[in-house]
Amino acid sequence: MKRSILIPLKVFTWLACLVPLARLVWGYATNTLGPDPTATIAFTTGSTTLNLLTITLVITPVRKLIPQLNWLIRFRRLLGLFAFFYGTVHLLTYVALYAGFDVPTMIDDVTKRRFIIAGVAAWLLLLPLALTSTNWAIRKLGGKNWNRLHKLVYLAIVCGVIHYWWQVKPGVLAPMSITIIVSVVLLARPLIYLFQKRRAPAVKQA
Amino acid sequence: MLIGKPPEIPSSVITPKAQYLNRHLNRRSFLRRAAGTAAAAGVTALGLDRTAELVAPSLRAHADTKLETIKSPLTTTGEELTSLGDITHYNNFYEFGVQKDQPAKNAGALPTRPWTIKVDGLVKKPLTFDIDTLLKLRPLDDRVYRHRCVEAWSMVIPWVGYSLSEFINQCEPLSKAKYVQFISYFNFKVEGWAGQAHIDWPYKEGLRMDEAMNPLALLTFGLYGEVLPNQDGAPVRVVLPWKYGFKSAKSIVGVRFLDHEPNTTWNEMAPDEYGFYSNVNPNVDHPRWSQKTERRIGQPLFSARRTTLMFNGYQDQVASLYTGMNLKKDF
Repeated sequence: MKRSILIPLKVFTWLACLVPLARLVWGYATNTLGPDPTATIAFTTGSTTLNLLTITLVITPVRKLIPQLNWLIRFRRLLGLFAFFYGTVHLLTYVALYAGFDVPTMIDDVTKRRFIIAGVAAWLLLLPLALTSTNWAIRKLGGKNWNRLHKLVYLAIVCGVIHYWWQVKPGVLAPMSITIIVSVVLLARPLIYLFQKRRAPAVKQA
Repeated sequence: MLIGKPPEIPSSVITPKAQYLNRHLNRRSFLRRAAGTAAAAGVTALGLDRTAELVAPSLRAHADTKLETIKSPLTTTGEELTSLGDITHYNNFYEFGVQKDQPAKNAGALPTRPWTIKVDGLVKKPLTFDIDTLLKLRPLDDRVYRHRCVEAWSMVIPWVGYSLSEFINQCEPLSKAKYVQFISYFNFKVEGWAGQAHIDWPYKEGLRMDEAMNPLALLTFGLYGEVLPNQDGAPVRVVLPWKYGFKSAKSIVGVRFLDHEPNTTWNEMAPDEYGFYSNVNPNVDHPRWSQKTERRIGQPLFSARRTTLMFNGYQDQVASLYTGMNLKKDF
């Protein structure tokens, strides 16, 4: 892929990833975050985290199915780090606006409320991935170990979806669509692997 | 029986009638001018779409119909009212969608005329009340109440209605009627969004008879001096300010008197989360979050949370209903 196309595409991706944040900041400045701005911010940052994580997980299946799109891998780190960024803002929204920085309240919540446990688990699983996202870390760990560590993203996204289900009222089906999409995206890998293995068993997988 | 004295209201804090009656006109004309300026400046400053909804409320069927009200000694004082915009755009009314901004968009579909409440069960004889008869049954009080949602947010709402006890007396329940159940309107053709939640419709709620007969329990027809907007439970609902908001059933079409605790929707969905009584109680946590504090809607983003009050601050008037009960068990 030519640098002359890659750089504008990366700039575009950066800007696209900043749009949800910009909308929240604009909403705060113009007081259009709605009657419950705390809930609006929590919902927006949470759903953006899940959406970006899902997009990062679509990249590899797409590359395997359409080899001409191999260059998409160059965008995975950018999208993954933005997902971690929004996840962190989501966590900070809880700490600052829901818990009011009150440590006893937070300890109470983290030990007793299962949806918060699931959410914190998802963030803790993403943390080492963010910390080892640099080229230096990839070299230090070596490709094989790095890949093994980064398989934690599957567990992280599952924790994120569970966090959403446990947060809504019983009976509410709002998390259904992201659940279906994530399930398809996670199932795509083994399915593609099996399908491609059967077609060309002698060829080494990239 | 000591229920508690209602607070004295000094005449100095009573809003002059002309100002009170014109508050919406004043607010609306200000908003129109502000909206005009904002539009001229090309900036959607304070939510032009929300302003437009207030100015042209196409979704409120009988909205802007003023109701003649009288001041009530049972009104709550010392609280800042939540804005009409917030009260009408932040609603849990799952029949019209599970997101809080959906009822305002979708509740226009609710047909509020003709409307009847059918009364049956343990009564002298089954009755049907037309909504317009109910509106004339008693003088309408203007009552400000705190409203505390189980989700740990709260509002202060100036409702319009009269005590539920007045209506119940008209129903002539038998002496063995110990409980009353409220059935809300449900029609999937009108409320197709109800499929977003896996709930056994219609929405059902209920009270013990002595709770229903407490003067605070309000059969409600309006807010801010006007007919209820559809998304707030038009044309008639109950308001129980000492309980979590979901107990205050909306858009009521049926009232049934029974001798046993009736089924209520959220208790059926999750009995460990939503008890039959669901009195506001900072000492009893919801399984998924604490109930010690609440967010007051309409406050700036970085405001401190408020401490939740026992019985939502109506302890004097309702605590006696629950003496001797274990409120952790009967939550």
